[in-house]
Parts: sequence; C-alpha cells; structure tokens
Amino acid sequence: MDYALIVLLQLVVTIANLALISAGLAVIFGMMRIINMAHGEFLMLGGYAALVSHQAGLNLWLAIFVAAPVTVGLIGAVLERLVIRRLYGRMIDTMLATWGVSLALVGVVTVIFGNRVSGISPPLGSVPIGGYAIGLYELLTTGVTALLFLGGWYVLRRTAVGLIARGAMQNRDMAAELGVDPAKVYATTFVTGAAISGLAGALIAPITGVAPSIGAVYIAKAFITVISGGTAILTGALSASALLGSVNTAFSFVMTPVLGEVALLAAAVLLLRVLPQGITGRFFRRSL
Amino acid sequence: MTLRDALGWLLVAAAALYALVAVPAGGELTTMINGSIYASYAILALSLALIWGYAGILSFGQAAFFGLAGYVYAVAGLNLESTPLAAVIAVAAAAGFAALLGYFMFWGRISDVYLGVITLTVSLILYRFINQTAGEEWTIGAAPLGGFNGIPSTPILAPPGHPDEPFLPEQIYMLAVGALLACYVICKLAMATRFGRAVIAIRENESRAELLGYDTRRYKLGIFTLGGAIAGAGGVLFANSVFVSPNMFSLQTNGQVIIWVIVGGLGTFAGPVIGCFLLMALSTWLGSLDAGPGFAVLDPNLVMGVVLTLCVLGLRQGLLPTALTLGERLLAKTRGRGAAELGQPAEERP
Repeated sequence: MDYALIVLLQLVVTIANLALISAGLAVIFGMMRIINMAHGEFLMLGGYAALVSHQAGLNLWLAIFVAAPVTVGLIGAVLERLVIRRLYGRMIDTMLATWGVSLALVGVVTVIFGNRVSGISPPLGSVPIGGYAIGLYELLTTGVTALLFLGGWYVLRRTAVGLIARGAMQNRDMAAELGVDPAKVYATTFVTGAAISGLAGALIAPITGVAPSIGAVYIAKAFITVISGGTAILTGALSASALLGSVNTAFSFVMTPVLGEVALLAAAVLLLRVLPQGITGRFFRRSL
Repeated sequence: MTLRDALGWLLVAAAALYALVAVPAGGELTTMINGSIYASYAILALSLALIWGYAGILSFGQAAFFGLAGYVYAVAGLNLESTPLAAVIAVAAAAGFAALLGYFMFWGRISDVYLGVITLTVSLILYRFINQTAGEEWTIGAAPLGGFNGIPSTPILAPPGHPDEPFLPEQIYMLAVGALLACYVICKLAMATRFGRAVIAIRENESRAELLGYDTRRYKLGIFTLGGAIAGAGGVLFANSVFVSPNMFSLQTNGQVIIWVIVGGLGTFAGPVIGCFLLMALSTWLGSLDAGPGFAVLDPNLVMGVVLTLCVLGLRQGLLPTALTLGERLLAKTRGRGAAELGQPAEERP
C-alpha cells in the first residue's frame, strides 16, 4: 500500500517535472511557432540566477521565484531584440540561430563559472510514507507546476491579454488589422516564455545542481514533449507529459532510470509516427 | 560543364594533391592524426550537405549514423578476424538504420522542424544508451561497450588477409583523405543522375514533384540512406583515427556538423568540407590557447555559437557561395557584358 502510494507520487512528480521543463518552450512554440533551441540554456541560466542571488544573501525563495524569472526574462528580451526579431516566419532559421545562441550561452557561462557542477542544497525535508520517504521539495515543485498551468489557463482564457495573445496566435495578420501590434505580442510572448523557463530552471536546480552544460540534459525531453503535445499549449504539454512521464516512470522502475529516459524518447518518436501533428493535433483540438 | 564546374574540379584536384602528397611529405605524425580526424568529420559534413543541402531534409542528428557505424565497427572488429569486413558491416548498419528511420519519418509524412527534432532525439537516445553501458553486462562477444569511456581498444583497420599488420597512422590518413575524395565524387555523381535531379526537384517543391508523378517518399528515403552510409564511412574512419566514444553521438557533434554546413554553404558539397576544416582548425587553435588569461573569454562554444548565429542572420548563403558570387561579379565587371553566362546563379537555400 505504501509502496503503491510512493510509486503514484513518483509518477506525479515525474509528470510535473516534464511539464515544468517544457512549459516555457511550449509557450514560445505554441504561440510563435519558434523552436527555441536555447531553451535548455534558459533553464540553466535560471538555475545560475537563483544560485548566485542566493549566495549573495537573497532569501532562497525570493531567489527562485523572483530573481530567476526576472533575470532570464531580461536575457530573453535582449535576445528577442538582437536575434529572434529578425527571423520571424523563418522557422528553420530560428532553430539554427537559437542553436547558435545556446552554444554561445554555454560558452559565456563556462567562462564565468567554470566547467563544474554547483549545488543549492534542497530545502525542506522529506515526508515519511510508511517505510519510504519522498522529498517535500519535490512535492512543492509539483504544486507550483500545477499553479503555473492553472495560471496560464486563466490568463489565456479569462483576461484581455490572453484574448489578444490567442488572437495573434491564430491569425497574425487579422490581429494586426484589428489594431494589435504583433511585434509587441511576440516580444511579450518570448519574454514570458523565457521567464517561465527561468523559474523552471531555478526550481529544479536544488534537485539536479547546475552546470554550464546542463541544458543539454533537458533540451531533448522538453522538445519531444512539446512536439508530441502538438499546437495546443497547455493541454498539449500536459497530455504529452502525462503520457511520456508514465512511460519514463514505468521503465525506470522495471529497468534503470537511464533506460527510462531512453524509453521516453523512443515512445515519443513512435508517437509522432502515428500522430505527426502531436496529441492535440488529433485529440482535444479545441483546447488551449 | 560550365567554366565554374571545371574550376571547381581543378581546385578539388589541387586540394587532394596537397593532402595526399605535400602533407605526408612533411611527415609530422600529429598532423597526420589530426588530418585523419578532420577528414572523417569532413565526410560527416558531406553527408549532411547531401541530405540537407540537396534534398532539403534537415537532419539534426546526423551524428547518429556516424556514431552507430563507429560502434558497430569496433564491436565487429573485436569479434571478427577481418577488420575490413567489420568496416563493411558498419557502413551497411548505418545505411540500414538510416533506411529504417527514413521509412518511419517519410511514410509518416513528417517534415521540416519535426524531422529535425526526431533525428536529434534518435541521436540522443543512442547517446544516453551508450553512455550507461559501463557495466560488465554490456559486453558483446569480445567487445565491452565501456559506457562513457568508449572503447579505447577499438581495432585498427588491417589489409585483408593480414589481420596482424594493422595500418600505420600515416596509412590511415591516406585512407581517410582518399575516402573523403571518393565520397565527394559519389555525391557529385549521385546528383548528376536522374535520381539526383528528382531529389532537387522535391527539395524545391515537394507537392509539385508529387503531382508530376514522383513518389517523393522513395526518393527521400534513397537519399537519406545514402547520407547515412556516407556518415557511417566517416564514423568508421573516425574510429580508426581516435577510438569510439559516446561523444560521437553527442549534442555537440550534431551541432558542429550543422555549423560546418551552414558556414561553408548550404547547397554545395565543397563548402561544408571547407567549413569543417576551417572551423575544426579554429576550435583546435582556440583550445590550444587555454592557458593565456586574455584568451579565456574565447571559449570554443562561445565562438562557434556566435559564428553560427551571425551566419544565419547575415551571411545567409555561407562562405563558398558568397565567395563564388563575389568572384563572378568581379569577373563580370572586368569583362563587361556576357560574363554573366559563366555559371548558374548560386542555388537558393531550401
């Protein structure tokens, strides 16, 4: 019984983790049709922003929930202006240019912090469940992920900003005709995506540690989740996370954690063979 | 054959002569070993130039075939008597894997960015898998897979029938340069055939090609398989120049190939090879400057990233086509009218 509960909790945590690392990418891909290859580096920068501000004396929670998203959001704003803005509509070129940006960011961070892993010790403790235990912090990140998606749903569905964003997402020219400045919407979207990635990176930093090259660990998983999810931002990321997270957990338990990841990626490739438009290209089509 | 083609072949011949005669005459062993590595990477670049530049298939995970062939060669070489047979098996394995993956993608009607993401994912699956094979249980016959250490005991090619006399590094170098040249010629010839023309037509407009009656999936599968085989040949040579390690599949290797092709010039064969040599030399040079305090800023990743971003933003055609266009303009100016017929305009990026 305890074991079943712990497996279930582990499953939920895995799914939430996947959704968390994909959220920022999903916002940028879903709304702007831009594949942001520097997404992994945004997560990495979020981790470093939290680490540095915490070491400088900032409260850990402020470092994670304020310093990291603000810093990465600002970096995103600069990149949007310097690089992304020139490439709208050229999907493959944005993919290549952001790949270049990702390498450059890894380079810069390596120069500043050196090529080693730094850590923030995970706060809170763990809750015992019978003979097992699960980290309270991991449960917290799951809760934050849930709040993040609920917040995203609320903003997109219930606010004027969300309406404009959805409009620009569906038909850029039409939105422009109606007096919306698409450039502004796109810039805001990119910065929002970057800030969410920064928050996600900071949240997972205490669990995994931070290193300049850590983005590479996340990029494939985040990508394949977003692409498998399809065009609907929230439903897509969630449904794909649920599916791939389950595969990951199942294989991790039966075999090893690494083979769990291999199974996750392989399952996604198989999924895309069957549903090239992603899950929400076929199911939940009218969702967000 | 236009004047530009003739000039191209002349330059290729000159480069080959230099690599095969002048460089070995210098006799430095490190130059030879580096040369073998460069040449095997250049073959990898050539394979991507073929499928991306000519067929419009952006494979973000071309190194999958490179690494796979390297590992198959090492495992087969350690288990079999004959290393040439192992090399043949390895190239066939890479081609077979490419065919399988290609079937999967092209019959699933996957295109554009999705192709890039799937190929990259496949490459990273292999990377993750190989990286965790450190334990005893991961042994195939006489070959331990070795996890993140790779297989340092990768066997060196030996002439058929003489398994006890493996080639010297100088001979591997000659072999690598020869293979690069052969792959270049194969690519050129493949594109000159009816098949090659159809592939270019599909790149330009897939639905139009389909309306003309071509089964575009077959053509894409064919060119993708050929690309896989060529990348595999590069992998076998790399295994002989260094040894096989998971790094062959890594995100970094996959990224580098893309950068070489973009910088050298998409839509050409010589461009990516030149891009590969130039950027490999650049990163080797940057790597050797590690000690200097002023150069710490010049992290190789940083430089590569900036080069790629700037190329995508500014130098959209890549080095070789830009140089050719400039040269033609210069020629047209000095010769006046009529010189524009010299060559076809540089091919557009797909």
